[in-house]
Amino acid sequence: MHNKKFVKHYYLMMLPGFVWLIMFSIVPMFGVVMAFQDFNPVQGIFKSKFVGLDNFRYMFIMSDIKQVFINTLVIAIGKIIGNLVVPLAFALLLSELRWKRFGRPIQTIVYLPYFLSWVILGSIVLNIFAYTGPINEFLSMFGLKPIKFFGRADLFRPLIIGTDVWKSFGYNAVIYLAALLGIDPTLHEAAAVDGAGRFRRLLHITLPGIKSTIVLLAILSLGNILNAGFEQIFNLYNPVVYSTGDIIDTWVYRAGLVDLQFSLATAVGLLKSGVSLILIALGYWLADKFAGYKIF
Amino acid sequence: MIEHQTLGSKIFDVINLIVLIVITLLCIIPLWYILCISLSNKTAVDAGIVSFWPVGFNLFSYERIMGEKAFFVSFWISIKRVVLGGIVGVGCILLVAYPLSKSIRQFPKRNLFMWILVFCMLFNGGTVPWYLTMKNYHLIDNIWGLVLAGSLPVFSVILVMNFFRNLPGALEEAAYVDGAGPWKTFFSIFIPLSKPVIATIVLFTIVGHWNEFFQGLVLSTKQANYPVQTYIQQMVVTTDFSTMNVEQIQQALKLNNKSLDAAKVFIAIIPILIIYPFLQKYFVTGITLGSVKE
Repeated sequence: MHNKKFVKHYYLMMLPGFVWLIMFSIVPMFGVVMAFQDFNPVQGIFKSKFVGLDNFRYMFIMSDIKQVFINTLVIAIGKIIGNLVVPLAFALLLSELRWKRFGRPIQTIVYLPYFLSWVILGSIVLNIFAYTGPINEFLSMFGLKPIKFFGRADLFRPLIIGTDVWKSFGYNAVIYLAALLGIDPTLHEAAAVDGAGRFRRLLHITLPGIKSTIVLLAILSLGNILNAGFEQIFNLYNPVVYSTGDIIDTWVYRAGLVDLQFSLATAVGLLKSGVSLILIALGYWLADKFAGYKIF
Repeated sequence: MIEHQTLGSKIFDVINLIVLIVITLLCIIPLWYILCISLSNKTAVDAGIVSFWPVGFNLFSYERIMGEKAFFVSFWISIKRVVLGGIVGVGCILLVAYPLSKSIRQFPKRNLFMWILVFCMLFNGGTVPWYLTMKNYHLIDNIWGLVLAGSLPVFSVILVMNFFRNLPGALEEAAYVDGAGPWKTFFSIFIPLSKPVIATIVLFTIVGHWNEFFQGLVLSTKQANYPVQTYIQQMVVTTDFSTMNVEQIQQALKLNNKSLDAAKVFIAIIPILIIYPFLQKYFVTGITLGSVKE
């Protein structure tokens, strides 16, 4: 069932989407040549002087860039682990819930923060953790002194990872919950007849049943290893916590669009995009090889 | 399943329920808190005595917002952006996804286009080249800048494409036998059968455009062109209490009004709350159906 005449209509259908893609994704990609230039907006991309790898060399001798890469890695890895483990734990608790009629309302509420922006959640988080906010009020009931939560470099990373997991654990649990539904209930029944308690069934039936999902999600999150979450950090950080909280994306924004160091910012951004591309491709390849997962 | 319940198992059930309720409350209380702040009087908020119930309940903040034109201007920009972005985005997503859901036999160049899409999803030129491109297109301070800046949402295309591919092939064959061309097959067979996934991408596009603040910040040179999230972001950034001590907070409080800010934040959440029941209904099916290929 195929008709050669259809193909030209297929092209016609794809035309608007691909024009959009070319203009707003592909054309900007050519801008990465700025990373190898001493870019000057007056001369433009065609006349600016080429400097080879100078921007990259300069990048590696700048000490704050090293810290920015470290911050990015630490925060991103913390988020990857948190976003794999917490949703799993939540999904398991929910599947063990005895009173099923509570399941639906619980899910309805925990998905909500995922759909709110970091602008909104950031302002709420800053209010709640403020010096005179409810968390400090709560701590003072135990005689503890108030803490400037977002004014302390040592607390910034845990707060960022924690609030990110809080925002998205409900949403991330959806895939686990779908996988849990796929486990054959007769396995549980048979094990129960054989005298296996709930914990043993969890260990020997439930977890093996969703093992492939866990592995798949872990592999696919590989590509996020340099993604510490620009929108969140941009809305929660301040100069006091740059030492632990400034990440590649926030640094690139400030260097490029605030300080107008176009070439250096592009070089740092390109390094990040390049490494991420390799890691994502590796993740997809591994997912295909070990879990038979194809994105298309 | 009939099962003998041990005491330990019963205790676990109770503790489990309590833990789940606490987790659930942790997700809703912050929103409740911001609502309480917006409904409390200014002195109570400034003194930090409002916790999880309004103190000195009043609607003064909401009345005052009525007089703030800048807030409504930004709100209106966001609504225009959502409507235009929704139409352009969903239209392009569906039209690109349909041909790509065909087999190589039906559409020989399919894989080439697929690779282009995936490459665009995984790689980008970075913030600076993107910004300079937008500037060259004269999309600064322009609503179309906000609508188009994100480019084609490739992930949604893949979601819809996978959904199309899982529809029974016999339907398409029947349409072909009846003499239907690709447009007719697309509009009268694929679209009506794809309601869950279309609802998913419509809602995701709306939420995405509504929540976006960074493009609004970078692509606007003046406050009058900010979408609502950018407006709130700028308002909050200038009043970050978390790093101030008591004296600094008192200084800052003379200049602004936390209760009013909270009311603005809450109003910006309302559109999401309105579409949330629909989101809820569709996104789970949309995601699970679209992400797995048979």
